[in-house]
Amino acid sequence: MKGLYVHIPFCKSKCFYCDFNSIVNDMLQDEYIDVLLKEIDSLSEENFDTIFIGGGTPTILSIKNLQKLLNKLSRFNPIEYTIEANPGTLNKEKLILLKNYGINRLSLGLQSANDKMLKKLGRIHKYEDFLKNYFDARDVGFTNINVDIMFNLPNQTKEEFMFNLYELIKINPEHISCYSLIIEEGTKFYEMHVKNELMLLDEEEERLIYHEINNVLKQNGYIQYEISNYAKKGYECKHNIIYWTDEEYIGVGAGAHSYYEGKRFNNISNVYEYINKIKLYNSAVEECINLTEAEHMSEFIFLGLRMNRGININQFKSKFNKDIMEIYSKEINELINNGLIEKVGENIRLTEKGRDLSNLVFVSFIK
Amino acid sequence: MPSDRQKKIRNFCIIAHIDHGKSTLADRLIEKTGTLTQREMEEQVLDTMELEKERGITIKAQAVRLIHNDGENEYILNLIDTPGHVDFNYEVSRSLAACEGAILVVDATQGIQAQTLANCYLALEHNLEIVPVINKIDLPSARPDEIKKEIEDVIGLDCSDAPLISAKVGIGIDEVLKAIVEKIPCPTGDEEAPLRALIFDSFYDPYKGVVCYIRVKEGTIKKGTKIKLMASGKEYEVTEVGIFRPSLMEVEQLQAGDVGYVTASIKNVRDARVGDTITEALRPASEPLPGYRPAIPMVYSGIYPADSSDYNDLKDALEKLQLNDAALTFEPETSVALGFGFRCGFLGLLHMEIIQERLEREYNLNIVTTAPSVIYKIIKTNGEVIELTNPTNMPPVTEISYMEEPIVNASIICPSEYVGAVMELCQEKRGIFKNMEYLEATRVMLHYEIPLNEIIYDFFDALKSRTKGYASLDYELAGYKKSELVKLDILLNGDPVDALSQIVPKEKAYQKGRAIAEKLKEIIPRQLFEIPIQAAIGSKVIARETVKALRKDVLAKCYGGDITRKKKLLEKQKEGKKRMKQIGTVEVPQEAFMAVLKVE
Repeated sequence: MKGLYVHIPFCKSKCFYCDFNSIVNDMLQDEYIDVLLKEIDSLSEENFDTIFIGGGTPTILSIKNLQKLLNKLSRFNPIEYTIEANPGTLNKEKLILLKNYGINRLSLGLQSANDKMLKKLGRIHKYEDFLKNYFDARDVGFTNINVDIMFNLPNQTKEEFMFNLYELIKINPEHISCYSLIIEEGTKFYEMHVKNELMLLDEEEERLIYHEINNVLKQNGYIQYEISNYAKKGYECKHNIIYWTDEEYIGVGAGAHSYYEGKRFNNISNVYEYINKIKLYNSAVEECINLTEAEHMSEFIFLGLRMNRGININQFKSKFNKDIMEIYSKEINELINNGLIEKVGENIRLTEKGRDLSNLVFVSFIK
Repeated sequence: MPSDRQKKIRNFCIIAHIDHGKSTLADRLIEKTGTLTQREMEEQVLDTMELEKERGITIKAQAVRLIHNDGENEYILNLIDTPGHVDFNYEVSRSLAACEGAILVVDATQGIQAQTLANCYLALEHNLEIVPVINKIDLPSARPDEIKKEIEDVIGLDCSDAPLISAKVGIGIDEVLKAIVEKIPCPTGDEEAPLRALIFDSFYDPYKGVVCYIRVKEGTIKKGTKIKLMASGKEYEVTEVGIFRPSLMEVEQLQAGDVGYVTASIKNVRDARVGDTITEALRPASEPLPGYRPAIPMVYSGIYPADSSDYNDLKDALEKLQLNDAALTFEPETSVALGFGFRCGFLGLLHMEIIQERLEREYNLNIVTTAPSVIYKIIKTNGEVIELTNPTNMPPVTEISYMEEPIVNASIICPSEYVGAVMELCQEKRGIFKNMEYLEATRVMLHYEIPLNEIIYDFFDALKSRTKGYASLDYELAGYKKSELVKLDILLNGDPVDALSQIVPKEKAYQKGRAIAEKLKEIIPRQLFEIPIQAAIGSKVIARETVKALRKDVLAKCYGGDITRKKKLLEKQKEGKKRMKQIGTVEVPQEAFMAVLKVE
């Protein structure tokens, strides 16, 4: 499997929790797309198995720019072709365009079904806008839709959140990404948090909600396949699985990351600098790290363990020509004894407790 | 009678309370006499250690020769810089013994402080001529006339023509130079007599061996002289003599009245201790110069490598530090909780913090330091007396007849409105009031007898905070006193942690046990399982707290393809884990061992 990630770093406004690489500047759109097309042209790959257009907000692009971009990408013939779309920037016309260009998976950012909460998060839409987009997408013929939703939000009780989740289940999306809020440095929420202005749940309550989410989604036919991701059978996101299973991917656009031939490299994040670099050198790579074997092993493990199915012992052996139980015997045994991971057949995977404390598990495999 | 050569020499030091501008004045004198060009001048030239510059304090004594031309004559002025902190009092005393006079710097905004007085009395003991100088007169809050009167009233020095200066902006430096020449007596001493030279400081140089800072009192010393150190009895041949400009500069000889350095392939500073007298081996003086006594450690603590495989590196580092610091002592010890390490003796808490920082910075070691302890005397029922430096070694209560702890005489100077606050603090610290005197209408000096173990922890910080920074403190050891003491143990997950044990006064044990348990609860991070923290005296548990089990440690979002960022977060977490000490099944952060004593 090989994936292509395309980054669109523009948003109508910055959400209060978001620390992704995005800016609010409509003036740069045309220039950025021209440069991005140039970078796509420079790719030597014949094809990608997955394409993921993410952001920022890809659907903020004008019809003209979207058309230019999708046209450029039409030389590839992916199995899974996803675009992130945000209510408030989406309409039927755009949906038809996306569908016509072969996009077969839509990822909608809902975050909350409560209009007051949406406002508090700095979102530009109401729940109703989301619903309209969602049903329009169905009308147009999208049969694989993901919805992003968040819990552990300021002043949000368990009941409030669960109500959101049930509302979402009612409309029956194929895939749900359900994230626990993380307060990231450099966001508005971080400033508020430092000033003690955010009412947040304590660890215990937060985990209770997480466990209930897992149960409720399971009962409704959603299989958890990663720490924060749930899908109806066969609808797991292939592109994201590439990240977690040590497969190669190329990222284009400002700040996009790539993993290719044993190297991790990334483009410069700053949109202006990205534009200048591509114009001048046809490349905007900022940093390139050649993974050592030890680093490669630890990444293979801690990324693979994010997935519920875990990592496969034989796969490790064929990749590294070494037995994982020899290299990490002490760590693995200790983690098993502490009930954080378990061995099931030829796989090693997180237990439910391990999913709550996954960083503790991952750290054991670092260096 | 001084020789003509001696008439052109002045040996002096500068004494001052911390922050009153001693080092800044030294800088100005060096600059003004052209000893260093403007370009070579760095702020606080004499404080060479990185740590000294950072903390703005002088740890080691330093010396510099200044050439001053007053228009008629050229004078050699030897300035000896002295440490400003009470921990290093002994070094101050040695520095003073090398001089004929002292410049007393008093801050025009703050007036006399506890260390001003303490150092002044020391200088008077050494019969030094004291030249008062009023500094910081450029500040709006300066009150030079009042301060002059205070010095006259309290110390009895004539201040009628004391220079009013600002070392920072460079006002009045010429007047200081003039006062040095006019007021400080020149050295005397027979240049032909048997050699007697006082070692007032030393440092270890990897190429030259120990470099001794000396003041020649009588006789002459030059390259090739066979010398004998009178306290250690060891003999050497001089390889080099020289002066400080301020870097080392070789000269042909040093004679009675001179200040300079001597090297003689001495391998260890212990063999050339500060305070020792150098004489000629072939023509020894009959008597050493007065006053040699070794610096005695007052505070002990355990220093352990965080990673037990660093034990030998730690040992090497301590040995290297000791080459330069005769006051540092250490011997191997073992702790159940921390493994192999060293029990180290220090002059005081500052000395300890400095050693700790130097181990971490200069030797790049990751260390765990246990709570400092003073030396307790235990008188056992069988009459045996034990000096206890490590609480773990306390014998069973049944074998103890009684215990004694070291006591200091403390003097505290503060504005009179804070007398109540200071008295309250001293009372809390088990102080016994001696007397109180008014320095001027609004300032008071209080005398207390206080147990040393109350002083070494946070007394100074508490004093500063309760008096808005106005109070100053000085103290000296005054012997031992019988005291009701108990050993307070801390148990983590049911197991006693020897490195967290402390000797505390019985009356404070409960309060302290509770405070420590609470503090540890804050410091010890949540782990996979619940961790009970208990404080106990003997088998009796007096306090209990619980660190709840960790329920969540997860990054929900995996930032698309940005694996590097996630890995960096995990690496940071791993680093934090490495800085923990594994005690049984519990991971304890290193600061826990020090934090237990910073509780109230």
